[in-house]
Amino acid sequence: MNKFDLATDSVRELNQALHDQAKELTEREWHVSNPGGKHNLVVGVNEALSIDIDGHAGYYCAGMNQKATVTVHGNVGVGVAENMMSGVVRVKGSASQAAGATAHGGLLVIEGDAGARCGISMKGVDIVVGGSIGHMSCFMAQAGRLVVCGDAGDALGDSLYETRIYVKGTVKSLGSDCIEKEMRAEHLDELKELLHRAGFNEDPASFKRYGSSRQLYNFKVDNASAY
Amino acid sequence: MSDKPTPVLRESATFDRLTIQEIQRAAETGIYDIRGGGTKRKLPHFDDLLLLGASMSRYPLEGYREKCGTDVVLGTRFAKKPIHLKIPVTIAGMSFGALSAQAKEALGRGASIAGTSTTTGDGGMTPEERGQSQTLVYQYLPSRYGMNPDDLRKADAIEIVLGQGAKPGGGGMLLGMKVTERVAGMRTLPIGVDQRSACRHPDWTGPDDLAIKIAEIREITDWEKPIYVKIGASRPYYDVKLAIKAGADVIVLDGMQGGTAATQEVFIEHVGIPILAAIPPAVQALQEMDMHRKVQLIVSGGIRTGADVAKAMAMGADAVAIGTAALIALGDNHPRLDEELKKIGSAAGYYDDWQNGQDPAGITTQNPELSRRLDPVEAGRRLANYLRVLVLEAQTMARACGKSHLHNLDPEDLVALTVEAAAMARVPLAGTNWVPGQGF
Ligand SMILES: Cc1cc2nc3c(=O)[nH]c(=O)nc-3n(C[C@H](O)[C@H](O)[C@H](O)COP(=O)(O)O)c2cc1C
Repeated sequence: MNKFDLATDSVRELNQALHDQAKELTEREWHVSNPGGKHNLVVGVNEALSIDIDGHAGYYCAGMNQKATVTVHGNVGVGVAENMMSGVVRVKGSASQAAGATAHGGLLVIEGDAGARCGISMKGVDIVVGGSIGHMSCFMAQAGRLVVCGDAGDALGDSLYETRIYVKGTVKSLGSDCIEKEMRAEHLDELKELLHRAGFNEDPASFKRYGSSRQLYNFKVDNASAY
Repeated sequence: MSDKPTPVLRESATFDRLTIQEIQRAAETGIYDIRGGGTKRKLPHFDDLLLLGASMSRYPLEGYREKCGTDVVLGTRFAKKPIHLKIPVTIAGMSFGALSAQAKEALGRGASIAGTSTTTGDGGMTPEERGQSQTLVYQYLPSRYGMNPDDLRKADAIEIVLGQGAKPGGGGMLLGMKVTERVAGMRTLPIGVDQRSACRHPDWTGPDDLAIKIAEIREITDWEKPIYVKIGASRPYYDVKLAIKAGADVIVLDGMQGGTAATQEVFIEHVGIPILAAIPPAVQALQEMDMHRKVQLIVSGGIRTGADVAKAMAMGADAVAIGTAALIALGDNHPRLDEELKKIGSAAGYYDDWQNGQDPAGITTQNPELSRRLDPVEAGRRLANYLRVLVLEAQTMARACGKSHLHNLDPEDLVALTVEAAAMARVPLAGTNWVPGQGF
């Protein structure tokens, strides 16, 4: 196992080592101690490494991750796993705003709560949150799935495209063009699979599904008041 | 014959025919007008400045013999691999989606022949444009359509877009007729939607966050690539200072004349400030932070001629960028298209419906039949010719001012024709020592 101690090593050294490592792939296991809420930890990783961060991380932890499995044993700041392409990012604590923003693929699991704009502009990632999420989550979300085992804040799914949202608790309000939709067998199946992959023991049947009513896909005069 | 004089119809200055027509159009449709291009009304611009040639107090360089350098290095502040361009005229960011793949390829070809860079746009990087562009700047926009770390690493520089001169504060727009299968696929959108992209970045707000965002991109790309920050001109003094503080290598400042592929007409004509008014506060901000020439300044918005290039550089820019003029060089609005343009309610020299994808020149379209009309090799050659002329013209003027490099032009080489331009550009009114706002 490769060990990095951010009390003495710099973030630059850590990221460079991860990028260099990727080429040879001799060390798959990485352990990062004393992260101290530092920003930009483990960003731009491009190989199937397994990285444990032992503590809290700041902004953009695991940003643009490709292939790697990153576990944060703590909380994370803004934009965890932003623009992730593939791999798995797991946060044992809670996440700040914009978790999984614009991410194209992979799986983001937040075991605690997530702040505002969770899954904003997401483009294919799957996000599973054990707790609740803040307002404006899934704003302009384009593809992928968001699962929330707790509650959702105001304006969920505003201006949504094709992302599917599953919420177990209450939704404070739905954003423009987001509606509750019928939970069909195929949805129960995909939800079951997502909960299983994320490691949550929840009953899919206790969730509700939300998606786009696709009324705002094209300009129509009569929709002007929706914005 | 009657003795009565022919009656003269008096057009209202307030309710002129265009205004009347717009009210009628609005009443008919219930929706604002969307179009491409830049501001159409007359604004204080580089035409309102003159260069002072040399005579007795300064001596000129020999027009055809003495060297006048044109190269520029961008990204010297933090990037391990700054960009070295042969000419200080770059091609601005224009998306595949707004433009055809052929047009994007032609821009890459033309820029590469001329020794300059081209830029992606709101919609990701295409293999055609990466393949044909020697130096390619990859835009990082609020929408993040098609954004991925592989393309980030393939880029020669990264441009974080905060805004555009045509619409500071507005997001992108691509109407459904241009959201074809390929465009939709690259952007992860349903085919045919009227795509309206976000105006704010999804995962940061404000300068302190931007500093962390820039650091993230540097970390991902191992500090190799220059990072530009593009700003639509509105409060350039503060925006430039904040961008420098956030760690930008290069600032791109786009004035209100700047072109767009699709924006509300009211936005194009009424938001932001002209590039002439934006450069001096930007240069002042750079100078006050001791960053002028260390953080490079690229300006755009209505650059058409070598005179514009020379004047922008004399005002303190390190380089300029062109959008609209590059499209015209490729073949946009060509007189041979007049008849076809008339059929779609326009005419050569007027066409600005770049939003609706019917461009007979094959440039602002995704229609395969129309875009096939543009030969990327031939169009690229035209662009390269045009770029050469811009540079030759700028050199001619710089030599006449006694300068051995375009970067040696300075505000002392300039005077203004109007009081407005003198005040905005902070140079004296021609024939006087008077700079409005700076006393006598
Ligand atoms: C067809 C077209 C598409 C554009 N697309 C983008 C874009 O995707 N991103 C961006 O930052 N600016 C975009 N712009 C603005 C240009 O990058 C540039 O700021 C502007 O064209 C400069 O002004 P000029 O057209 O007067 O040269 C676009 C402009 C045009 C004409």
